[in-house]
Amino acid sequence: MKVIELHKSVTDSNDRDADRLRAEMKKAGVLLINLMSSPGSGKTTLLGATIKGMPDTRIAVLEADIDSAVDAEKIASWGARAIQVHTDGMCHMDAGMTREGLEGMGYEGVDLAVLENIGNLICPAEFDTGAGLNVMILSITEGDDKPLKYPLMFETSDALVISKIDALPYFNFDMEKCIERARRLNPDIKVFPLSAKTGEGMQAWTDYLHQEIRNWRENS
Amino acid sequence: MHELGIVTHVAKTLDEVAEENRITKIGSVTLQIGEVSGIINDYFVDCWDYFKKKHPVLQEAVMKIEIIPAVTYCEDCRSEYETVKYGKICPHCKSERTYLIQGNECTIKEIEAETEE
Repeated sequence: MKVIELHKSVTDSNDRDADRLRAEMKKAGVLLINLMSSPGSGKTTLLGATIKGMPDTRIAVLEADIDSAVDAEKIASWGARAIQVHTDGMCHMDAGMTREGLEGMGYEGVDLAVLENIGNLICPAEFDTGAGLNVMILSITEGDDKPLKYPLMFETSDALVISKIDALPYFNFDMEKCIERARRLNPDIKVFPLSAKTGEGMQAWTDYLHQEIRNWRENS
Repeated sequence: MHELGIVTHVAKTLDEVAEENRITKIGSVTLQIGEVSGIINDYFVDCWDYFKKKHPVLQEAVMKIEIIPAVTYCEDCRSEYETVKYGKICPHCKSERTYLIQGNECTIKEIEAETEE
């Protein structure tokens, strides 16, 4: 036997696959968003409000879950194209699984594809899915200390949605402190405090998505 | 489980390496794992022993793990300290302007392999 030195990162093959997928999506003119958060932060509810708030944008959703199809059924009932992806116990989506989901669903004619990643603030941040934009949601019920506990998630996200702000009077959530902590990790992160339930802050969020879709196409 | 996901990526990378280098059998794999990478080594080896059986070239491969200690750097007093012991706040000057310089790795360092003649 001989020793072969590799010094390859474990995520190497995934990173290359992710870059290929990003290039394919660029060519197709479809902006793929990787939406990450903990379970129960309101990902599906935000998607529902986003679909309603962007009636002229063709949106498709990849719902990744360990099991069940409840989210995909809900999304489809709101008029968007949706597919449920099961990871069979795996805690994150990688580029290969994302490609399979996109191809299974079909993305021709789509403006915005959203991958709703597994509810988890740790490993989804470690594996590049091939998305053009990484977005994380933090609900105010989770607490303003989360940037301290899950720094990588905040570092890799382009945008941070702070959800459920209609419940602010009932929780000790310090908005300024949370944003300051997030910006210390990632000075360029865009922050959108909003409530999908009351609609407060939704306009700024959908304006941002419209702009990002335009940017993605202009640079393709 | 987190470890199983990473094992699948290691196996995929090694399958590619085996093809490129005309490897017939891998005897051992040495991984460098950072102390704060979030990987639990015992689980990782268990997942490896389960998963390697699905890959002909890896079936007999023993997983060896080298731990890389976690070190944090302080931007204010420019010192380095042990991450696991002190966390985010510098023990020397109490600054929070610190960042991890090593200890988050998950790298395939080397393999022992037999190749085609």
